[in-house]
Amino acid sequence: MLVFFVVPLVQVFLLSIRTEDGAFTLLHFQRMASDVYFTRALKNTFLITVIVVPAQLVLAMTMALIVNRKLRGSMLYLSIFAIPMSISDLASGLIWLSIFTERGYLNAALQGAGLIDRAVIYLSHQSPQWLLGALVISEVWRATPLVMLILLAGLQMIAKDYLEAADTFGATPWQRFRLVILPLLRPSIQTALVIRTMLALQVFGPVVVLTGRLLPVLASESYFWYELIRNERVASAYALTLTLLSILVTWGYFVFLRPKDDQIGVV
Amino acid sequence: MPLWLRRSAHYLLATVLALWTLIPIVLIGLAALTPRSDFFTWPRTIIPSQFSLESLRFFVNSFGILRSTVNSLVVALATVVISLLLGAPAGYALTRFRFRGREAFQTGILVTRMFPTSILAVPLAVTFIRWRLYDTLLGVTLMHVTLALPFVVIITAGVFTRVPKDLEEAAQTLGCSRLGAFFRVSLPLILPGLAASGILTFVMSWNEVFAATILTVNNRTLPAQIMGTLGASPLYFKFAGGFFMIVPAILFILAIRRYLINLWGVSINK
Repeated sequence: MLVFFVVPLVQVFLLSIRTEDGAFTLLHFQRMASDVYFTRALKNTFLITVIVVPAQLVLAMTMALIVNRKLRGSMLYLSIFAIPMSISDLASGLIWLSIFTERGYLNAALQGAGLIDRAVIYLSHQSPQWLLGALVISEVWRATPLVMLILLAGLQMIAKDYLEAADTFGATPWQRFRLVILPLLRPSIQTALVIRTMLALQVFGPVVVLTGRLLPVLASESYFWYELIRNERVASAYALTLTLLSILVTWGYFVFLRPKDDQIGVV
Repeated sequence: MPLWLRRSAHYLLATVLALWTLIPIVLIGLAALTPRSDFFTWPRTIIPSQFSLESLRFFVNSFGILRSTVNSLVVALATVVISLLLGAPAGYALTRFRFRGREAFQTGILVTRMFPTSILAVPLAVTFIRWRLYDTLLGVTLMHVTLALPFVVIITAGVFTRVPKDLEEAAQTLGCSRLGAFFRVSLPLILPGLAASGILTFVMSWNEVFAATILTVNNRTLPAQIMGTLGASPLYFKFAGGFFMIVPAILFILAIRRYLINLWGVSINK
């Protein structure tokens, strides 16, 4: 554990603040910050996280509530909802590429419906909103099941008494959800938020598949600096920036979402 | 709202969400079975003009694919074995013994989940070059074990919690040794859970792309191989590759779907 977490962290730090011959320098950070892609990468990473995480939370909550009603077929729906969990971010990018590419299913469907004549090019630098949209959809599609499972775990821990009490007092389903379920689910929601935000900040596979370098994010820039430019020091600077950002966000969640009572999370 | 209307709304919403989940998978399946000439014609139909294995065959026979598939299998299996050997005892210890530093250990596991772990790949690559582990399957395996270990510990701890300690103690009063009690009573009960977490680890390793790409050049795993050739490969290659990667993963996850919920501490019992 120590070897594989602490040592690399120290090393990524050292790599990013030292020159080849060991002198300390901020050169790599300057190079990173002055790179045209850096500001865009930072902005995009932030934007993606801010859109994807809330969307997932709403979608996952809907799924979890549906499964948790335990009507006939719940297990079937749960199994279906959980499927994307098994799919890698790379494969998910490829799936959505088959839909959004020029000769893809979206164009085929639109043409079939008589809405367009010529194939529309969605994934190009001329339409950044489509690039972002395709990426967000791909991420929401793939990673919602994880959030759903965490929320479902939380839902099932809620004692029936509370819900029955709510019914006794004549609460509407909405009141029951907002005043009983939501507060009790708080620890699970917090866990889901932290884990998903962390993973959203790291988004990588679909970015490269769907946009190449047209929509840079921090993780993909780290990859490009390492793989194409062969500069592991600037790549480390990116990695470190990402790590610091994650720590900051987690800390933020813990400060702002601290449970009021002594509630303890599921995970 | 009358009950039947509420029920219908429930099933309508559930079905819409199920379709949202399933349709993209069906589409990539169709894309993988579409002959390549279809991708150059317009207007394009959603159902291919004919179903063909041409793209898939082309993909499987492409340079490096077969080898990287074998590499992926080797790495994933090794990851499962190592992380279960290391993680399961740790999970057992967490639930059965109160030892010094237990809290710290638990927190440590949680902390590791806070970090963007795949990002560790860049510095590890530098270390691995020094240790001559760079571009070896062992290196990728070690990395994947690191990524999977926190999950394995937490999951197995969850599995062990559900096997009551009383059972072990009962076995001990009936003359079993502590070890005997573990092997004869607890182990059979937790085996399915362990198998499930093993499969989850397998899928995690099979899918992992960032670290595998960074840590290898020639000895690539399947996702790394596809990632590395992304810029140069035609569409039908990509779709066939995507389909090829997701099929085993989906089958595995469906196989453990009951445990999937259990793994997060839930049951679906009515």
